[in-house]
Amino acid sequence: MTQAALPDTHAASGGGRSWYRRNEIAITPWLFLAPGVLFFCFYVIFPIFQSFNLSLYAWDGLGEAEYVGLRNYGELVNDRAFEVSLWNNLKWLLLYLLAIPAGLFIALFLNQTVTSIRLYKSLFFFPFVISQVVVGLVFTWFYDPTFGLLNTILGWVGLGPINVLGDPTLVTYGIIAAGLWPQTAYCMILYLTGLNAVDPEQVEAARLDGAKGWRMLWYVIVPQLKPATFIAFVVTIIGALRSFDLISIMTNGGPFGTSRVLSFYMFEKALSEYGFRMGYGAAIAVVLFLIMLVFIAYFLWSMWREEKVR
Amino acid sequence: MFPTPIQKRSQAAQLTYQSFLPIALILWLLPLIAVAVFSIKPDSDFTTGNYWGWPSSFEGFANYGKVFFESDMPRYMLNSVFITVPTVIGAVALSCMAGFALGIYKFKSNIWIFFMFVAGNFVPFQILMIPVRDLTLDMGLYNTIPGLVLFHIAFQTGFCTLFMRNFIRQLPFELIEAARVEGVAEWRIFWFVVLPLMKPAIAALAVLIFTFIWNDYFWAVVLTQGVESQPVTAGITSFNAQYRAAYHLMSAGSIVAALPPVIMFFAMQKHFIAGLTLGAVK
Repeated sequence: MTQAALPDTHAASGGGRSWYRRNEIAITPWLFLAPGVLFFCFYVIFPIFQSFNLSLYAWDGLGEAEYVGLRNYGELVNDRAFEVSLWNNLKWLLLYLLAIPAGLFIALFLNQTVTSIRLYKSLFFFPFVISQVVVGLVFTWFYDPTFGLLNTILGWVGLGPINVLGDPTLVTYGIIAAGLWPQTAYCMILYLTGLNAVDPEQVEAARLDGAKGWRMLWYVIVPQLKPATFIAFVVTIIGALRSFDLISIMTNGGPFGTSRVLSFYMFEKALSEYGFRMGYGAAIAVVLFLIMLVFIAYFLWSMWREEKVR
Repeated sequence: MFPTPIQKRSQAAQLTYQSFLPIALILWLLPLIAVAVFSIKPDSDFTTGNYWGWPSSFEGFANYGKVFFESDMPRYMLNSVFITVPTVIGAVALSCMAGFALGIYKFKSNIWIFFMFVAGNFVPFQILMIPVRDLTLDMGLYNTIPGLVLFHIAFQTGFCTLFMRNFIRQLPFELIEAARVEGVAEWRIFWFVVLPLMKPAIAALAVLIFTFIWNDYFWAVVLTQGVESQPVTAGITSFNAQYRAAYHLMSAGSIVAALPPVIMFFAMQKHFIAGLTLGAVK
C-alpha cells in the first residue's frame, strides 16, 4: 500500500515544478521572446496598422478625427506635389543603385596588398560613419554657387557657376550624388569582404583557361560575390526609400518643392508649419509603405528559400 | 586573388598604383578635407573671400573653443550620449534573448516571428511616425530622452534580432545538446554556454547601433524639440541658425558632432566591419 502511494505523493508535492521541467523546452523560447516581441509589436507592428486606419480620417492631431473613407487617397491622385515626390522617389531608387557598381569598382581598386592599404580602406569607408546631417552640410557648401568647391573647380576649366541646389532640374540629382557618397562606401566594404572569400583555385583555373579582365570579372568573380551583392541591393533600396535627412538639411524640399520625396512630403504635410494634416500624411506614408512592401516581400522570399536549403 | 596582385606587374604599374592611391583618396575625401580646413580658418578669411587659399592664421583653438564653451553643443553632445548608450544596452539585451530563442529552439511559429522582426526592420519610418508620436505624447514622454530611447530600443531590436539569430545559428549545436544531456536548465544554457560565445556579436552590434543611433536625425526631429532633450544631429541645425554664415564655426561644430562615431569606428574597426558585412560571405 505505502509502496504504491509513495510515487503518487511525490508527483503531487512537486507538481508545479515538474510541470515546468517537463515543458521547459517548449516554454523557454517564449519567455525569452516575450520582452522583445512585446516591445516590437507595441512600437513597430501596431503603429503600422494604426497608420492604415488613420489614413481614412481627417485629423489635425488635436481635435476629433473625422471619418472620410478613401477621400485622402482620392486627393492624392490630383496632388501635383505628390506626383513630383513619387517621380523623385523613382529617381532615387534607380540612381542610388549606382552605389553598387561604384562600390565594386573601388573595392577592386583597393583589393591589393601594398603598405598601409588597411588605412586606405578605412579612410575610403569613412563617409559612411559620418551622420547624414553632416554629409548634407558638407555637400551644401560643396555646391554653394558663390564659394563652393564645385564651382571653384568648374571656374578653373572655364565653366560658369551653376547653382545645383537652386535649380529645379538639377537639385534632386545633386542630393542623390551626396547620398551616393556614403552608400558607395558601404557597398565597397561589402565587396571587399566578399572579394576576400573568392575561391583562389577557381580564379587560377579560369586564368589557365585564358580568362582575364572584364570576362574574368563578369563570369568568375561576380557570381561568387552574389551574397555581397544581395546585401548591397537590400541596404541600397532601403537607403533610397528612407532618404529624408539629406533633403531636409540641404534644400528643405525646395526650390518650389522640386526636391521632395514621399518620406519628406509626408513629414511636411503631417508635422511642419504647412499644417497638421495627419490623415493625409498617413495616406502618403501608406503609399510609401506599399512600395517598400514589394521589396520587403522579395527580400523575405529570398531569405526563406535560403532557410529551406539548409 | 582578383584583381592580379600588383606585385606581379611591371615596376611602372606598381609605381603608378602607389602614387595614384593617395590622389584617389584625397579626391574621395575632398568635401571633408574642405570642411576641416574651414574649421581652422579665421573669421576674416571669409569676409575677404579667401575661401580656398591658405588660412591667413591658425584659429583652430579659438573656433573649437567657441563651439565647446560658448554654445549649446556640449549639452547636445551629452544628450546624444544619454540617448545612445541606454539604447545600445537595451537593444542588445532584448535581441540576445530573442535571438537565442529563435536560433536554438524549433517551434512552429519560429520563422514567422523571425520574419516579423526582419520585415519590421525594413519598414519606412514614416508609416510609424504619427502613431509613435501620439503614443509618446500620451505617455507624457514627448520631448524627453526616455521617450526617444524607448522607441529606438524597440525599433533596433528588429535588426539586432536578425543579426543575433543568424550568429547563434552558426554556433555548434552539439554544445547545447551536451548541456541538456547533463541536465542543465535552459536559462543556464543561455547564460553560461551561449552568452559567452556571443561576445564578438555583442561587440559588433554595440558599435553598429551606437553609430546608427548617434547619427539618427528623423526621430530626433519627430520626438524632441528643445536643447534639453535633442541629440547633436538635431542640435547642429539650431547651432547653424545661431551662427549663420559663420562657416568656420559651423564647420568646427559639424566636425565635433561627427567625431564620436568616427572614433568608435577606428577603435573597434574589426568588430564594426564584421557586423556590417555579416552574411556578405557564405
